Amino acid sequence: MLRIAKEKLNALYAKINESMGLFIPVKRAGEVNYEIWKEGKEVSLETLKTVKSPKNMFFPSTENMMKFKTEGKALEIVDVRDEKKPFVLFGVKACDYKAIEVLDKVFLADPVDTFYQARREATTIVTLACSRPEESCFCGVFGIDATSPLGDATSWLDESYLYVQANTEKGEALIALIKEFVEEGGDAEVKAQQEKTTEILKKLPFAQLDLSRFKPENLNELFEAPQWEELSEACLGCGTCTFVCPTCQCFDIRDFKTHDGVIRYRCWDSCMYSDFTLMAHGNSRTTQMQRFRQRFMHKLVYYPSQNDGLYSCVGCGRCVNKCPQNLNIVKVIKTLGGKKND
Amino acid sequence: MIEETLIPKIGVITDIRKDTPDVKTFRVVGTDGAKLFEHMPGQCAMVSVPGVGECMFSITSSPTNKEYMEFSIKKCGCVTEVLHALEVGAYVTVRGPYGRNFPVEEDFKGKDLLFIAGGIGLAPLRSVINYVRHYRENYGKVVIVYGARSMDDLVDFDEIKTEWMNEKNFEVYLTIDRPQEGWDGHVGFVPAYVKELGLDPNMTAVLCGPPIMIKFTLAGLLELGFDKSRVFTTLELRMKCGVGKCGRCNVGDKFVCKDGPVFRMTELDELPDEY
Ligand code: SF4
Ligand code: SF4
Repeated sequence: MLRIAKEKLNALYAKINESMGLFIPVKRAGEVNYEIWKEGKEVSLETLKTVKSPKNMFFPSTENMMKFKTEGKALEIVDVRDEKKPFVLFGVKACDYKAIEVLDKVFLADPVDTFYQARREATTIVTLACSRPEESCFCGVFGIDATSPLGDATSWLDESYLYVQANTEKGEALIALIKEFVEEGGDAEVKAQQEKTTEILKKLPFAQLDLSRFKPENLNELFEAPQWEELSEACLGCGTCTFVCPTCQCFDIRDFKTHDGVIRYRCWDSCMYSDFTLMAHGNSRTTQMQRFRQRFMHKLVYYPSQNDGLYSCVGCGRCVNKCPQNLNIVKVIKTLGGKKND
Repeated sequence: MIEETLIPKIGVITDIRKDTPDVKTFRVVGTDGAKLFEHMPGQCAMVSVPGVGECMFSITSSPTNKEYMEFSIKKCGCVTEVLHALEVGAYVTVRGPYGRNFPVEEDFKGKDLLFIAGGIGLAPLRSVINYVRHYRENYGKVVIVYGARSMDDLVDFDEIKTEWMNEKNFEVYLTIDRPQEGWDGHVGFVPAYVKELGLDPNMTAVLCGPPIMIKFTLAGLLELGFDKSRVFTTLELRMKCGVGKCGRCNVGDKFVCKDGPVFRMTELDELPDEY
């Protein structure tokens, strides 16, 4: 184990920033989100949950994909992507790291999404173990250990030190880059913190959710469950839950006319929106119940059925905290997940 | 140019045929005059007019055509309106091919084939029918039942009359919804016509058309003794990416763009009823 004294962290960020971009949780107007680090910004590694998840870093909320230029009748496609500078994504929690794995299976599956891939490959991810999980956390239900996330390097934070450990070559390279700041030590401290956190995790209110009924073979039965009506009744279709969710991946592709050509861009979309599946001659999901059901069936049944049982909820609890109507996946799991929830 | 799934190729329209009052067939080649890419019958492509939007269309020409691709497009929304206003020589973008094709080399080979289409539903079938004509010796008898609202709404009427009707071991049955001057053929809806024809239930069937037609025709076929596992159809849902990522064309754990658009009826039975 290696450690870095906390008061050296700012200098360490500056060092990384010399040769790579650095995305790190930053506090702005009372909210903490991942931002590009700059001298003077208020870094907040202690904050458990950023409002938005770091998926933005690989799958931005909007991105220009290409430009079309016309000359007379002729049409030309111009690549508008800038070169991807290597960057470090620092402080990713276990749930959000797992969510990147969930997104990888979508965007890196054949045919590869090269926009996502370029950013993914340019990134070194440093995860940060949780030490103060909150009541809305239920990552453990999905087999995630908040005390030892993976990534290219793992870090732990206490009052005096940041402890780090490399897991991959990229992680080793990063540690070599910051070697002037690190010293040996911390095995015992990290172990003690992990044990303490594990105790807290066990006692969280949602730690015992039962997922046993969410299996591909129950797909049709769950789809037909009468409880969806009541579960979704208050849903406004605002899409907040999909935008804060680290694994939600739906997008739209649109064109935008500029003074010199057309930009084709992609942006996040939401299966909670009424026009999401609207076509000129019909709509396959006409009610909010159908859209609500789609979101949760996708997380708990459809996605696992396509991906060897991996759920596409990571228990980050963001939708639990943010839904204006107090609806969330925990309620869905409690209602439809299995006997032990009763 | 960049070879990537979401980045299209540039195509030029070299011919436009007005098939019906609201269907036009567009012939497209690359800027070098060559065919843009190869496909199999039933597969789709994303066609776009930059600045307006992209839409998924079935490739209606047969893969055996090595010179160009054709798309029969019905005017029914914003992108299709703009496409319909284009003239020969206009540029569009095309990417694909997408989706699972009809099992022409697996299930269809050596079989008697029944094709049933309603309206623009003929578009995806045209590709497979012309493929079968090209490799005629590989397939048995072919029966085509095609219906539209009126005589003027029959897509590819010329090709049907001059080529399909004269093809060896082909039977073509046309029907229109209401009597019309100049029409001496059958009048009535497709599902009823199919039952009247008393078709041989050992044929492998392909159904394409509006959902309501598919529903009633399928019921009719089952009454005639057809086996669901040998009946195929295509689904159409809204799509943006075409490669199973944008999340739009989900039906249960399937993506229509990737796992479809061609489905066996028994596969559809396993999916939740949301298409
Ligand atoms: S569904 Fe809710 S709890 Fe699960 S990953 Fe998304 S935001 Fe987090
Ligand atoms: S579940 Fe809540 S956050 Fe999600 S769309 Fe409905 S009202 Fe909005």
